[in-house]
Amino acid sequence: MKLYEVFIRAKSGLNHRHVGSLHAADSHMALQNARDVYTRREEGVSIWVVEASAISASNPEQAESWFDPAIDKVYRHPTFYPLDKEVDNM
Amino acid sequence: MNEAAIYHYLLRLADTSLTQSQRLAEWCGHGPFLEEDIALTNVALDLLGHAKMLYEQAAEISEQQLSADDLAFLRDVSEFKNPLLTELPRGNFAFTILKQYFVDQFHVLLYSALRHSMYAPLAHIAEKALKEVNYHLERSHGWCLRLSLSTEQAKMKIQEALDDLYFYTPELFESDAYLDDLQAQQIIPDLTQLQADWQQSVDVLLAECQLNVPKKGWLATGGLRGEHSEHLGYMLAEMQFLQRAYPGCQW
Amino acid sequence: MYSQGLKDAEGGQEPAGLLKAFQARIDKEEKIEPRDWMPEAYRQTLIRQMSQHAHSEIVGQLPEGNWITRAPTLKRKMILLAKVQDEAGHGLYIYSATETLGITRTKMTEQLLSGEAKYSSIFNYPTPSWADMGAIGWLVDGAAIMNQVPLCRASYGPYARAMVRICKEESFHQRQGYDIMTSLARGSAAQKKMAQDALNRFWWPALMMFGPSDKDSTHSAQSMKWKIKRFSNDELRQKFIDATVPQAEHLGLTIPDEDLKWNEDTGHYDFGDIDWQEFINVIKGYGPCNKERLRARQNAHDDGAWVREAAEVYQQKKAQL
Repeated sequence: MKLYEVFIRAKSGLNHRHVGSLHAADSHMALQNARDVYTRREEGVSIWVVEASAISASNPEQAESWFDPAIDKVYRHPTFYPLDKEVDNM
Repeated sequence: MNEAAIYHYLLRLADTSLTQSQRLAEWCGHGPFLEEDIALTNVALDLLGHAKMLYEQAAEISEQQLSADDLAFLRDVSEFKNPLLTELPRGNFAFTILKQYFVDQFHVLLYSALRHSMYAPLAHIAEKALKEVNYHLERSHGWCLRLSLSTEQAKMKIQEALDDLYFYTPELFESDAYLDDLQAQQIIPDLTQLQADWQQSVDVLLAECQLNVPKKGWLATGGLRGEHSEHLGYMLAEMQFLQRAYPGCQW
Repeated sequence: MYSQGLKDAEGGQEPAGLLKAFQARIDKEEKIEPRDWMPEAYRQTLIRQMSQHAHSEIVGQLPEGNWITRAPTLKRKMILLAKVQDEAGHGLYIYSATETLGITRTKMTEQLLSGEAKYSSIFNYPTPSWADMGAIGWLVDGAAIMNQVPLCRASYGPYARAMVRICKEESFHQRQGYDIMTSLARGSAAQKKMAQDALNRFWWPALMMFGPSDKDSTHSAQSMKWKIKRFSNDELRQKFIDATVPQAEHLGLTIPDEDLKWNEDTGHYDFGDIDWQEFINVIKGYGPCNKERLRARQNAHDDGAWVREAAEVYQQKKAQL
């Protein structure tokens, strides 16, 4: 049995979200099991399963060099550009 | 409209789903792994839901103003109409899966056809049930392949299951005077054709599984007449105990 | 509740700086995620607590699953089936969250079957009566909810998220249990007796679920600091009693405690002494159903081996084509 991570799109229009994992022998079984475990209360319209070993993840120890620079790149955020009240619904 | 015939048929279908569900429910907490435990109980729950809808419809047209629970819990063996196949003990996982596959394939074909029944309440129930039995079939079909085309041990077990179950399946398509009448009125599909379609799909799967179809066995029969195997009595004793021991109570 | 039998986890020689930074994150209510740095003791404590929680859900299927084939109506049968299926699902959510800490499902299963890992004491009691389905839903799930709601804010991300999912489903469990008790309490004399009998048998074991007083437990103190335990055992137990007594009174049922009395000064119920020796015996393996429960799990595991193997071999064969 392999470990699979499960992603569910709850409703059309939303992204797939990671909801947990399960064990299965193949992706077919994993999809069926995901449907049985994670959509019991009609919480899904689409399921993705990915072998956990196929997922590459960023390294939390590199968080600073990877993610912090944006903090001082303030001009990327919309709030940096004050607009006249008349057009402030942008 | 032959109400007696419809009543008889609704019970035939309800009893089939109830007994099938009851055997599946015995797996709860004992499944081969957690995910499959959940999957089996899921199927049991779906079938129970179908049984309930069917009993409720039967209750509505019953002459004695019975309830769905009365029908499920207060009829004895001789009044039950399920085919003997579904009352057989749960057996090992191979037995459960193969039995489930035979019933799922039957339900998919039957409910597909019943959507066009001239009896609207049955068409309505079939429409709802079909969605779920399609999924059940996908599952059981997949497991038949998995068990047949993997290890020697699994192959042996599912072959043994086939030897034990095969001659219980023709009874699914048995007819009687009532069912003949319902076919004539296009309330239920032509059972001979249904059987041919079922056999065709089953033959394909069994060939793919490289299983040997047994040549001879006792052709099960009797469900429609209330003539059952010894197993049903035990099942009902367990299932109906509380209602029998404490008659007339609300639960 | 799931930390029963835990000893203090062995700490490693971790740099004080890292420990300090870690504690600062916890204090700020930041969530710790799977690959974040964490003290070894934190990791080990979580593994034990979470896996025991998962084991509890799985073993918990047995006392209730016992009545599915005998439920008295179609509706009760469906609800019970759905509930027990939920428990299995909860077990799966938590196993899956625990695996993010570096332990496998196989290893956790081994620990359960060998007796090394514990599960909630309550599931070592038998369910001889239909009314026990009511008592379990009402009292046992009720107690579990008391414990689980605060855990939705546990410091470990995957655990907290699993708890949120579980809590959404759990209130249905308690309500269906109370609904069963209500039908029985308002039913025939025999049914009322059934309900009272179930309450008599499950009350004290339910109180024991919260575990002994942790006033003197260093282990509890550390878990509180790390926010993997948010309230003390005594606090949760008191909260449970205060909520449940009126519910019993509403049904005309009597809680089997002669010392149970409302205390106007404290604003809580005073209650009798719990027999902690019984609790210790049950945790050690000497309860009414310990052997039976583990044997059932062992059999399911053994009987299922050929099925699991078949699934794996099938996949391997297909992959080779």
